Amino acid sequence: MAGQAAIQSARVALDAHIRETVAWHFSPDTGTPYWIDWARGAGVDPIAQIQTLDDLIGMFPNFDDSVLRDLPHQRLIPAAYGGKTFCVFETGGTTGMPKQRLSWEDHLLDYTEFSTTLSDEHFPKNSNWLMVGPSGPRRLRLGIEHLANIRGGSCYFVDLDPRWVKRLVSTGQSDQARAYKAHVVDQAVTILKGRDVECLFTTPLLLEAIGERVSPADRGIKGVFCGGTTMTPQMVRFLVEEVLEHRVQFVPTYGNTLMGLACSVPLQPEDNYSVTYYAPQPRAVLRVVKPDDTAQSVDSGEWGRVELTTLTREFFMPRFLERDEAMRRAPCDAFPWDGVGEVRPFESARKKIVEGVY
Amino acid sequence: MRHIPILRLGEVYDSLDRQDVCDHRNETVVAVTSQANPGLIRRDLQRVETARRALQAVPHNDLLDLCGRAADLFESADLPLGNEPQSVDDYIAVLSATSGLPHTLCRANMGKICEVLRQMPEIIAGLTRGLPADIFDAGLATVHGSNMCYCPVADALGVVLPSNSPGVNSLWIPAVAMKIPVVIKPGSEEPWTPWRIIQALIAAGCPAEAFSYYPTSHAGADDIVQACGAAIVFGDRAVAKRYADCPQVNIHGPGHSKVIVDNRQLSRCLEFIDVLVDSVCANGGRSCINASTIVCLGPADELAQALATRLRAIAPRRLDDPQAQLSAFANPLMADYIDAQIEDGLKVPGAVELTAGESPRRCELAGSVFMRPTVVRCDDFTHPLSNREFLFPYVAVVESRRESVLQEIGPSLAVSAITEDPSLIEALVNCPQIDRLNIGGIPTNRVEWDQPHEGNLFEFLYRRRAIQRAG
Repeated sequence: MAGQAAIQSARVALDAHIRETVAWHFSPDTGTPYWIDWARGAGVDPIAQIQTLDDLIGMFPNFDDSVLRDLPHQRLIPAAYGGKTFCVFETGGTTGMPKQRLSWEDHLLDYTEFSTTLSDEHFPKNSNWLMVGPSGPRRLRLGIEHLANIRGGSCYFVDLDPRWVKRLVSTGQSDQARAYKAHVVDQAVTILKGRDVECLFTTPLLLEAIGERVSPADRGIKGVFCGGTTMTPQMVRFLVEEVLEHRVQFVPTYGNTLMGLACSVPLQPEDNYSVTYYAPQPRAVLRVVKPDDTAQSVDSGEWGRVELTTLTREFFMPRFLERDEAMRRAPCDAFPWDGVGEVRPFESARKKIVEGVY
Repeated sequence: MRHIPILRLGEVYDSLDRQDVCDHRNETVVAVTSQANPGLIRRDLQRVETARRALQAVPHNDLLDLCGRAADLFESADLPLGNEPQSVDDYIAVLSATSGLPHTLCRANMGKICEVLRQMPEIIAGLTRGLPADIFDAGLATVHGSNMCYCPVADALGVVLPSNSPGVNSLWIPAVAMKIPVVIKPGSEEPWTPWRIIQALIAAGCPAEAFSYYPTSHAGADDIVQACGAAIVFGDRAVAKRYADCPQVNIHGPGHSKVIVDNRQLSRCLEFIDVLVDSVCANGGRSCINASTIVCLGPADELAQALATRLRAIAPRRLDDPQAQLSAFANPLMADYIDAQIEDGLKVPGAVELTAGESPRRCELAGSVFMRPTVVRCDDFTHPLSNREFLFPYVAVVESRRESVLQEIGPSLAVSAITEDPSLIEALVNCPQIDRLNIGGIPTNRVEWDQPHEGNLFEFLYRRRAIQRAG
């Protein structure tokens, strides 16, 4: 549990970062055309009116993600980045137009910051990585490779197309989905058997499947950085106890193209394998909000919908409602701000959600 | 709070993921089940041959004996439920509360299961056509001077169970006596019965390794089916379609069971009306061997009216009423859906409901939702309400002709033919659409367990191979 001073200090730093980011995106010299026009249309002056997170929540409605699907990219390029080439990263897109985020350096910066949270014992410097998961238009591939590189290693890749998996699962083609998963796992096992790899990124379901073919610990894996789909406490326990045999460090993360990477703190016995993630604040803020009144956060320990605000110079996205729900968790020493626990698809307790293997 | 754990090749495992099992009347949580993540199941089944070895070590005749002892225990003993013992009365009470079955039917289903356990020697003899026990102990036997060798085609039998009728557990029990471990996914509203059978068999001396029990998701169930070399799956039409091309999956979908009444017998329909009532209503009309269509090879109105009169008298009662015959719907939305389907069907010309009266078909009593028994007189098999099957006593009475009846009935799990016409009997015997054939006044739901049911379990689990030995 974080102390009040640390929590207050983090909040002050966040508010300062918000002011700086708002000033950047709403200023004619550096700002983003879409947001400058939005403020004009709404009759507000964000630079003057927003001093704190509460002010931001009060001014902006939940972000309409069609902006990321339909708007010409030029409308989302901050003036300060005009003329600089950029990367386009996608999320969603199983059907229809995916959401697209433009990135210059954010994707590298996020993984550079994340690297500082990894232990050298379990993710040794100068060791090689294997990434088994979605590359394609996602930032994950470049992110993981950057992570391996800045830690002195290289990265092998096995690709997976999550859009195809979701389509197979949702149309009842479970045989095809199973065959595709086996195809992915075959390639991963080949690399693990044939190359010197100590660090692994993959999704929980692929880690399970890899573990059915080889013991990651016996193959020399020391740390697994994992993310992509829901991890219930039972899933985490199973992975830690049985797949990784308590011999490999398990680092669950929650992230996506729009946010970056939310880290977890190492699990303690009292956590009972319930993972809590902390946003990379101040670059992104996660709130757990009441689904029917999203301006209001739920109380600590209560379930609500996950709301993301991204605050970088490249990308400003206030109050985007994720398709996830979570339990609001208290700040901790390493991350003195609210965490999100036991993240799962929104309303998954009431209806079937297709997640596939990603 | 009652907690039903996972059994991983006989080893108790408490999952961190749990699911409530609720009393259907008031949503009170009566138990929680540990939920198995699919990866855990797949991992366990990689070592399922250890379960097979444990069963292999027990002589077949000992397994038959312990089945008899298990019947006594299942019927009367306190058996472990998680960390607590569970009495028979508690089993009946919670089974009724979560599945909607009245206590009378819970006990009747218990009786059916005990009968199977006690008659295991006769059942195995029937399914193997009298092969000696050596066939399970050594894989070899000599019969009438010929060498016989049978080998199992699967290391385990996967079983995906429904929630609607405990009696279906009778189908997998003989696998244990045949030395094939079972991997069970219980119905979410009926975790009780398979668990209690397993505990009775373990208490009677069966190796615990023989039993895996995984409350789990649809994905977990699918992994059980895929990982076991053989599986029995209960489900609706969609499930049946899904596994239709999988020879290792024995599908128990809708039965579309029927009674066929010969034209010459129609005039004495009151004499066998009890057979019709039992066929439609036994076990609350929930079984695949309940008749959902009565086919008359002549004028059907008199029979239909007589049946409707009898079924109209069967009213919902409290679940603990000793006279109760109807089951409640654990999921009331299912009753709503069925009721709407029937109402929509009745709008199509060519069908009349004969049980319609002042009381609505869908009704509530003491917090439970029921469907009153329903008889619909359909002009012919083209009507959408003919040859339909619902989860309550529903029957369509349809006229047909001797020449066309076997083309019209379609696949039928059980057919009771009330006829003395040798040519019709011969035609029925040769009809491949019928799985269980009863000739004469036998209700469709009457089962003798030495007869195959939707396939012969022995032939499903074992394959005869050629064997020759030198000198």
